[in-house]
Amino acid sequence: MDIDHNTLVGFAKSWGLFYLIALFIGVVIYTFWPSNRKRFDDAKRTILDEDDRPWR
Amino acid sequence: MVQQLTSGERQNALVILLCVFVAGVIMAALGGSDPLGMHGVIILLFSAGLGALVSRSFYEPEPDPQRLSQYYDDPIKVGIALTLAWGVFGMFMGVWTAAQLAWPDLAFDAGWSSFGRLRPTHTTGVIFGFGGNALIATSFHVVQRTSRARLAGQVSPWFVLLGYNLFCILAVTGYFMGVTQSKEYAEPEWYADLWLVVVWVTFFVLYLRTLARRKEPHIYVANWYFMAFIVVVAILHIVNNLAIPVSFTQAKSYTIWAGVQDAMVQWWYGHNAVAFFLTAGFLGMLYYYLPVRAQRPIFSYRLSILSFWGITFFYMWAGSHHLHYTALPHWVQNLGMTFSVMLLVPSWASAGNALLTLNGAWHKVRDDATLRFIMVAVVFYGLSTFEGSFMAIRPVNALSHYTDWTVGHVHAGALGWVAFITFGSIYTLVPSLWKRERMYSSALVEVHFWLAVTGTLIYVFAMWNSGIIQGLMWRTYTEEGTLAYSFLDSLVAMYPYYIGRAFGGLLFLLGAIVAAFNVWMTVRAVPVAAVRQADVPDTGLAPGAAATPAE
Repeated sequence: MDIDHNTLVGFAKSWGLFYLIALFIGVVIYTFWPSNRKRFDDAKRTILDEDDRPWR
Repeated sequence: MVQQLTSGERQNALVILLCVFVAGVIMAALGGSDPLGMHGVIILLFSAGLGALVSRSFYEPEPDPQRLSQYYDDPIKVGIALTLAWGVFGMFMGVWTAAQLAWPDLAFDAGWSSFGRLRPTHTTGVIFGFGGNALIATSFHVVQRTSRARLAGQVSPWFVLLGYNLFCILAVTGYFMGVTQSKEYAEPEWYADLWLVVVWVTFFVLYLRTLARRKEPHIYVANWYFMAFIVVVAILHIVNNLAIPVSFTQAKSYTIWAGVQDAMVQWWYGHNAVAFFLTAGFLGMLYYYLPVRAQRPIFSYRLSILSFWGITFFYMWAGSHHLHYTALPHWVQNLGMTFSVMLLVPSWASAGNALLTLNGAWHKVRDDATLRFIMVAVVFYGLSTFEGSFMAIRPVNALSHYTDWTVGHVHAGALGWVAFITFGSIYTLVPSLWKRERMYSSALVEVHFWLAVTGTLIYVFAMWNSGIIQGLMWRTYTEEGTLAYSFLDSLVAMYPYYIGRAFGGLLFLLGAIVAAFNVWMTVRAVPVAAVRQADVPDTGLAPGAAATPAE
């Protein structure tokens, strides 16, 4: 099969769409996964802790 | 600074500097009178100067092993100083070039000071000098604090910071000599580009190794943005700068890309430089310094994740909107236009997230000029991302492209968003970094804020007016079907706006000078003894360590 301009256009127009949709679904699942909630809540609060030394 | 390195690390630093020095000597010998030779001399002087600095402290006693249980802040401090120095330089060059457009005699009839050579010294000075140093310094700060881990290296942070500045020096001195690849925002020639690859890969590895040391279970979202910035800038830089030198004794090279592919690669690079250099990295700053300054957690952490993935994956495809009505295939133009419009969603999600974080703390915004810097940055971020999406629509672009509207849009982003978030971060960072209670003068922060706001508004409004007038004059036809205005007519119409723009830029420059003075006085003048907070540990600066929790 010759790889010409139209082949690449076809590839970009089909698989580009599929991979972006797959990415979207993946991100939404990760973001709203129930067991991640605590992890995210901790992350957004702990940066405000006052101590200024690396943990050991 | 050097005293904080062990003797082995001092040796390593000297070996690296020696290698750079030898490279400089070789370039100087091969290049001769070509700009490449001049750059060889600059490289050897740069490395010799740093070598002298290291050698001077070479036999000083070994550092306190206790330092490893503290954050490594020395490179950040130098990074802040370099940020401000480049900021003042880059903004001065901006005011000068702006003034040249109104009064062309300011080029003084010399080659090195002609508009074409000075203009990239402004863009490189502010984007890479000011913005890049700010990104490196704050990323070192944020990654350590949010990971609760010290930087994973003693020499490599210096290599990244100083190596990057060597790149910036090569870039800017090259422009004065007429060295350019003729690619906007990627002007430096092949040898400087190769050097930046080495520096940037070191930056990437250092960042990853520091994250790998983290004690927090989750990588805070600000680090995601900094990682995106580092990874994508590496990819963009390498692909866009693939070039073949005319010879190894000359600065000139030719890109391997040809025709419309070259244009597409360049604007894929150019727009993602805006996306990942001027947006993602600074969003990293926003997601850390805004919560810290406001003392409120980010409104929605989940929203910050969603907008992160939206921004990274949408921006990648937006570059072709720079090439509307060109030889670029129509569907690629449509692709860029569509993704640019979709980008509004994650961009406004970030802006909304930041504003909702401030919701309920507006009294702090009113009282604290530093927080106001961050708030204004968010507002301009929202405005300029809306404007950008709008201008990417093809018929709108027909009016705006090649006019000053583009310049106004860029400066709404670069002054209003990038510089405001940088100054807000610096004012948050400097007192905590140098263990001071506050900045030397909060009145001067206030003065800076109003200079910056006024300057930005004057600048942006001047360019909006001038851009739309230009665009309309260039497309106005007479009844006979000929153009109603000559190009010179439109130039005359620009004159008052160019003066206004130079004045707005001047105000912004004055604000940056005030900031540099204020930071300098904070470091120099406020007595260290003023600090006695239980949550601030001893860094060796303050005699009599305070109690340190969470050990």
